[in-house]
This record gives sequence, C-alpha cells and structure tokens, in this order.
Amino acid sequence: MKSGLRMIGGNIRQRRTFSRIFRYVCGAFTWLAVVLLAVLLIQITRQGLGWVDWQFLTSYPSRFVEQAGIKAALFGSLWLITLTAFFSIPIGVATAIYLEEYAPKNRLSSFIEINIANLAGVPSIVYGILGLTLFVRWLAFDRSLLSGSLTMTLLILPIIIIASREAIRAVPDSIRQAAFALGATRWQTVRHHVLPAALPGILTGVILAMSRAIGETAPLVMIGALTYVAFVPESLMDPFTALPIQIFNWAARPQKGFHSIAAAGIIVLLAVLLLMNALAVYIRYRSQRKRQW
Amino acid sequence: MGAELITKRRLEAHKARRWREGGVKGILFLCALLSIVTTFSVIYILARESYTFFERVPVFDFLFGTRWTPLLEPRSFGVLPLFCGTLLIVVGSALIAVPIGLASAIYLSEYASERVRSVLKPILEVLAGIPTVVYGYFALTSITPLLRQVFEDTQVFNAASGAIVVAIMVLPMVASLCDDAIRAVPTSTRMAAYSMGATKYEVVAQVVVPGALSGIIASFVLAISRAFGETMAVTLAAGATPRITLNPLESIQTMTAYIVQVSLGDTPAGGIEYQTIFAVGALLFIVTFGMNIIAHKVLRRFREVYE
Repeated sequence: MKSGLRMIGGNIRQRRTFSRIFRYVCGAFTWLAVVLLAVLLIQITRQGLGWVDWQFLTSYPSRFVEQAGIKAALFGSLWLITLTAFFSIPIGVATAIYLEEYAPKNRLSSFIEINIANLAGVPSIVYGILGLTLFVRWLAFDRSLLSGSLTMTLLILPIIIIASREAIRAVPDSIRQAAFALGATRWQTVRHHVLPAALPGILTGVILAMSRAIGETAPLVMIGALTYVAFVPESLMDPFTALPIQIFNWAARPQKGFHSIAAAGIIVLLAVLLLMNALAVYIRYRSQRKRQW
Repeated sequence: MGAELITKRRLEAHKARRWREGGVKGILFLCALLSIVTTFSVIYILARESYTFFERVPVFDFLFGTRWTPLLEPRSFGVLPLFCGTLLIVVGSALIAVPIGLASAIYLSEYASERVRSVLKPILEVLAGIPTVVYGYFALTSITPLLRQVFEDTQVFNAASGAIVVAIMVLPMVASLCDDAIRAVPTSTRMAAYSMGATKYEVVAQVVVPGALSGIIASFVLAISRAFGETMAVTLAAGATPRITLNPLESIQTMTAYIVQVSLGDTPAGGIEYQTIFAVGALLFIVTFGMNIIAHKVLRRFREVYE
C-alpha cells in the first residue's frame, strides 16, 4: 500500500454516522441475494408445483401440455450423469494425485496447473463446439449419450481436479512421512493412506461437479441432444434428451401452458440437485466427525 | 545357498515394485496431460474451421462489419452486432454485480458475525449452483414482466432482463472471490489504522479494499469473462435480433445465443452458415481465455504478496 490514511476533516460524529450507514448499505446488498433466491424459488414453485405429479414424471413429451411429461429427460439425465461420473472421476482424481504427489516442480507442471485453472473458465458453449467437432463428427459417435457424456467429462474435469487437489493437500504430511518411514513406496502411500484420508473432500468436490454437469444445457444443445425424445435410451449410442434441454425447449415456446410445465421441470431438476447437495453436506459432516487430525 | 535365493527373490520383488511405481506414475501423468490435450484440441478445431471461414469472408469484414445476416440473403458477416449485444449484457451485468458483490464481500468479511456468515455463505453457494437455464426461465417469466410494468416500451425479449439474471449468476462468484481477497489482508494493518483513530468505514475504504485491490479486480475480470460466455439465460431472455444498440429494453442477440440458434436449426454441416459458429466461437474463446489468463496471473501474484 502506497498511501497511508488520508487525514479526514469533519467531526467524529459525522464520520461515525457515515460509517454506520455504510455498514447498513453493505448488509442490505448482501441480504438482497437471500431475497432474490427466495423470490426465484417462490415464483417457480407457484408456477410449476401444480403440474408435478406421477403422470408428469412418467410421460413422454407431447404437443399437449396436459399429456406432456419428463420421463425421457429424467432418464437421459441419469444416464448422462452416470456415464460422466464413470469417465471423469478416475481421470480427474488421477490428475490431482499426479499434480499433488508426483509432479516435479518444473515448467511443464506449472503449465498444466495454469492450463487447468484457465480451462475452468472456458465458456461451456465452447466445450459444446469441441464436443460437436471431436466426438460427433470426427470420431463419429453421432448425437449419442457417449458424445454427450464425453463432452461433459471434459467440461467438469477442471472442477474435479481443483477440488480433489485441495482435498489431497489438506492431508497432513506427517501421514505420508510415517508411511515412507515404514518402507512404503509412493504409490502405496497414496493408495493406502493419502487417498482414504482425502476421500470425503474428493467426494464433495465430485458431487458438486456432477451437479454442475446435470444443469448444463449449452454443450448438450451444441452436440445436438434432441428436444423431442419419446423413448428411454438403452445404450451408449442412443440419442437422448436431458432435463435442462427439455426445460429450455418448453420455456422457449410462446404458449403460457408450456411455461408452467417448464417450471414443473425446473422443480424436478432442483429436487435432483438438492438431493445431490444434501449428500455432499452429509459426507462433509460425517468426515468432520471422524477426522482425527 | 538359501540366503542367496532369498536375496535374489527380494531383488526381483524390488524390481517389480519399481516397475509398478513407474507404470502408475506414467498413467497419472497421462491423465494430467489430458488437460493440455483438451486446450490444444479446442484451439486446433477453432483455428482450423475459422480458417476455412476466413478464406471466404475477409477477417476485416468479419470484425468490423455492422450487419450480421448469415442465414438470410443478402448475406453479411459483420460480427459487431453480436459483439455489441454481448457487451450490452456484460456491461449491464457488471454494473449490477460488481458493486453488490463487493459490498457483500465487505459485509461478509468485515461486519457479519460468524453465525450470519455461516447462513449467508451457503445461500450464495446455492445461488451459484442453480443451472443457467433456470435463470433464463426466471428472466423470461418474472423479470421481463416486471420491467414491462415499469418501462412500457420494453420488448418481450430484452437485454436488460438478460443482464439482470447474468448479474445474479455472477454475483456469488464476485462476492466469494472478493471475500477471499479481503480476508487475506493481515489484521495488523487494520489494527494500525484503527489505532490512528480511523472509523470502520475509513479502515475498509482506505486500508482493506486498497490492500485487497488486485484480488478484487481479478474477481471482476473473472466475472466479466463468465458473463461473456453465459449462454442459456441470455438465449432465453435477450432474444435473437442481432443489432447495434445502447437501449437495454430492446431485443438483441449475443454471440453465444447465435451459436445456440444455429445448432438448434438444421443448418447442414460444411456450409458457410455452419462455419460461422466456429468464427464466433473463436472470438468468444479468445476474449474469455485472455481475460482468464490475466485474472489468474493477478491472483497468483497477489497470493505471493501475503503468504
């Protein structure tokens, strides 16, 4: 800091009043976020809750609002999230282990690190362009679940890597040194001591990354996830739709009726997200209770 | 003899273990390399496809042309209307999110008690975790009607409502990054200012915020870059009319919304309409990637100062 305190004229009472006003302004702005969240949730519940019923959950999309449902999208999202988890967790955790436990301090390592931080900020639609060209066209996976989940994998890898690295870094060095002292190799140390200790943190990060993947729309639109799917996908190569795509499709229609079922779709999506986040909170809570360092 | 055999076996086991260690390390390294491969594939794909586009449309016409009608005759490929539409969203959302985000960060780190903080932080996280398509829906069905009540000439699709939801989306990011930056300012500097007789406001405005300035600015840059690339909310709320305007109540189209529009339609692959998405995507990528690099550089430098 170059400058010190500017000497402030005026009496202390005025300065104190100003200081207090500043505090209230900051507080008001912060609580505004709470109000916004409440308004958003209330609006969506008001518009959509009446439409969420068993028929809505078990029907395929339809031209008629009353018959339309979200079954194909729900199954599509579950497939997508499962496949994405299957691809992204091993690669993400492996990268985090490499960077934290193995990587020598050199140019390449720091380049990888910087690159991952930057990848986390690349707009999701650019990943969509990548997926469209690489998976849909060049590798000819077509507009399938495989293309969708591979695209999502690339999108959420940086999130998983960053979260896992933090979890691994939080494991105290003494644990590693104890393992080395007993003659364990680096991999044995990582596998039997570091990973189990970092697991709750990694899982929390993974779940957060998965909730990002389940809500992402733009890349799926890009790779051409269908908007009208009247079946449940059964294999990797099947075309699919997903919850956010279905919501987008309904919300983009001019008819008010479809807006209501878009809100109903949002409630289902938020419910799935809430479940996942509750799981993350539960894991964090349990691990904090069991932690011994 | 027996002892020799044992030594030999041990040596073999040792060798096998060394091999395994090396193999594991190799696999882990390959996984780490994937991130670099990803970056280079993005750059390669965008460069290659934009190159074929720029063979047919001069770069100058693309960057400085003021008409964007790639899907209709007579065709024109000036990206400025899309860029201005994006800027309108970015500037609008920054004007809202930056002051509110900074104020929230100041409140969270300097004023809020531990209990209030433990309530507000998760709420901000929830706001950050809501999918963008939900914000788009919210803009379309709640914010736009509200705007239309206040300003009668608001169009059904308008930049203002897009900018407002994008602001809500980036707000948690600004608040949490600024909060980190402010918390990294050592307490001793605050105490020094108090001991000189400064009020809390003076400490915050003249000591804490200047001390955390690089981190705060980095958070603004990251938020702006995020607003640049935001897609679904602006596609739903801001419309599909490429137009150079400063009026936020009019319908516009952002670069991202254009890409979505093309990929939703049935434009045949290989045509020039199809290649436009790569040219627009390349521009988007360059702008956001550039801003991210700058922001992370600033963040890293600032971490070194205090740690």
